[in-house]
Amino acid sequence: MAEVRLDGVSKRYGDFFAVREVTLTVHEGEFLVLLGPSGCGKTTTLRMIAGFVEPTLGTIFLGDRDITHLPPWQRNAGLVFQNYALFPHLTVAQNLAFGLEMRKVAKADIAPKVEEALRLVRLGHLGERLPRQLSGGQQQRVALARALVFRPDVLLLDEPLSNLDAKLRHEVRIEIRELQKKLGLTTVMVTHDQEEALTMADRLVVMNEGEVRQAGSQRDLYERPADRFVAGFVGRSTFLSGEMASGGRFVSKGGLAIACNAAGTVTGPATMALRPERVHVAPKPLAGLDNTMVGEVEFVSYLGAMLDVHVRVSPSERIVAQMPNRPDIFAPNVGDRVHVGWTADATSVFAGSGAAEEN
Amino acid sequence: MKQAASQQAGIKQSGAVRRQGYRFDRRRLGRWLLNGTAGLTLLYILTPLIFVTWLSFFRQEIPSFPPEGYSLKWYAAIPGNERFVSGFILSLQLGLISTAIGLGVGVPAALCLSRYRFPGREAINSLLLMPLMVPGIVLGIALYVFHVETEINTGLPILGSLLGLVTGHVLIVIPWTVRLVTASLAGFNRTLEEAAQNLGANRWTTFRRITLPGILPGIVAAAMFSFVSSFGNLELSLFLVGPGRTTLPIAILQYLEWKIDPTIAAVSVVQIALIAAAMLITDRYVKIARVV
Repeated sequence: MAEVRLDGVSKRYGDFFAVREVTLTVHEGEFLVLLGPSGCGKTTTLRMIAGFVEPTLGTIFLGDRDITHLPPWQRNAGLVFQNYALFPHLTVAQNLAFGLEMRKVAKADIAPKVEEALRLVRLGHLGERLPRQLSGGQQQRVALARALVFRPDVLLLDEPLSNLDAKLRHEVRIEIRELQKKLGLTTVMVTHDQEEALTMADRLVVMNEGEVRQAGSQRDLYERPADRFVAGFVGRSTFLSGEMASGGRFVSKGGLAIACNAAGTVTGPATMALRPERVHVAPKPLAGLDNTMVGEVEFVSYLGAMLDVHVRVSPSERIVAQMPNRPDIFAPNVGDRVHVGWTADATSVFAGSGAAEEN
Repeated sequence: MKQAASQQAGIKQSGAVRRQGYRFDRRRLGRWLLNGTAGLTLLYILTPLIFVTWLSFFRQEIPSFPPEGYSLKWYAAIPGNERFVSGFILSLQLGLISTAIGLGVGVPAALCLSRYRFPGREAINSLLLMPLMVPGIVLGIALYVFHVETEINTGLPILGSLLGLVTGHVLIVIPWTVRLVTASLAGFNRTLEEAAQNLGANRWTTFRRITLPGILPGIVAAAMFSFVSSFGNLELSLFLVGPGRTTLPIAILQYLEWKIDPTIAAVSVVQIALIAAAMLITDRYVKIARVV
């Protein structure tokens, strides 16, 4: 296993930058997730590491080897494709043996290695089957075993779970993560599913429009989003636009003055993001919070374990509060006048007042 | 009142039954029509084959119905007929050589045409399919004139040679290869190639171990169709054969000019049987039906 380092990597098609100046390091044994909406450049980045796309600018290192311009077959990276790409005319065992044969492993050593890899993904008994005789989950595990059997320097996963049904997906997430830890695999996974990213990653890189917006732990991204995009993409937020007033308060367009996090770093027009689950809702005045106000409940979505409560706090602004759905907790109805409140650290403020379209 | 209601219900019910019966009849009629049409079409296709086969066993020399009796003597006569035997050997040679060359040219052409975008791509694609659209006679005359000119200008003994025949047959064989291989390439999942490269295979190994097995049904089908269209070709060969060098279809035609005994039928049955056998054997290993 080795470290992967991207240094100012860009990919340009004509005037369009698919990836723009991405610099990041995947540490040895780390599970790094590239997260972003479709078209954000995460898959292009992965394909540049695998060697299927050549960067326009920048350098890619695998360990201390500069692999920027090496063809895919000289890179020693194991890739699990979204559609698995198992060779349909070869048995499971032959699929696994392929990578070993290409590395000129002695015939006698191939069979035991293949067997070991199949045992690792709990498919020891299916070596003689053809891929089409396997279920989707089994094919996925064969693809994983095939990418691991030749001991790659880095494991690359391209939306590996998107073709599995929801229940299986939850199991396989944990399975892949445990395997990755056990073998100490340097891993880069691409996904657009934030829940998947949050469960599996050691560290996440959020991308949008070809650029890295923020890299960090789950907690970093969720509690200290670097910009409005990250605040909206990782978890949910209510956005209010307005400006920073003197005294470190955010004043919304609707005239609300809100005590908020990171005041002082932003001045002038600004956007505030508020996490719905950090908003308290009560029938009577709330104490001990930095911000409290009164509003009218306009909409309630019943989500089973949770309720989403939309509260009008000014003539032009609504905030969303998420509260647990429990019999011992107050459950507001549409039309109720309620007290809402939150602490300053439930908010983030970003320069520039974008439209508050999330309401 | 109550009676009236029940009466009305009774009328409604009988109406429903009638409608249901009507619908059932229509469905049955539809099935009859479908099966009938399919049966007639099949009969239409098979009739010549059935009659040729039947005829080949007639005892009398001039085919007439009903047959006077049955005999295998026409089959027995085939090996003794020098023209049929040499025609068969030449057609076989021609078919095999043309098919091999056709694959050698057509497979790479299909790969390029379906994978790369380059100026003139559409033109080349149309050009390669052209021989299917030009009437065989026209193609034959054109080639004949070309061969004459070539021989006059270069002195190469191309006129009426095996080489001349092969150049003509390669032309009619290429469209099959290009079409069928292109079709099977369209159904080939290219991430398989990326997977192979990711696992350490270079371009050539990837093609040999992954792409080629993937498009093999198309290649086999192309070879079959190429061989059959070359083996059975008459109108193009007519212009390209030389003295003492005739293909089987030409030998049959020449025989027909003098005689109409069932020998021709017997030769045809042998030809049909050979091609059918080749198809069946290939289909055991490669499912041609998946491509064509």
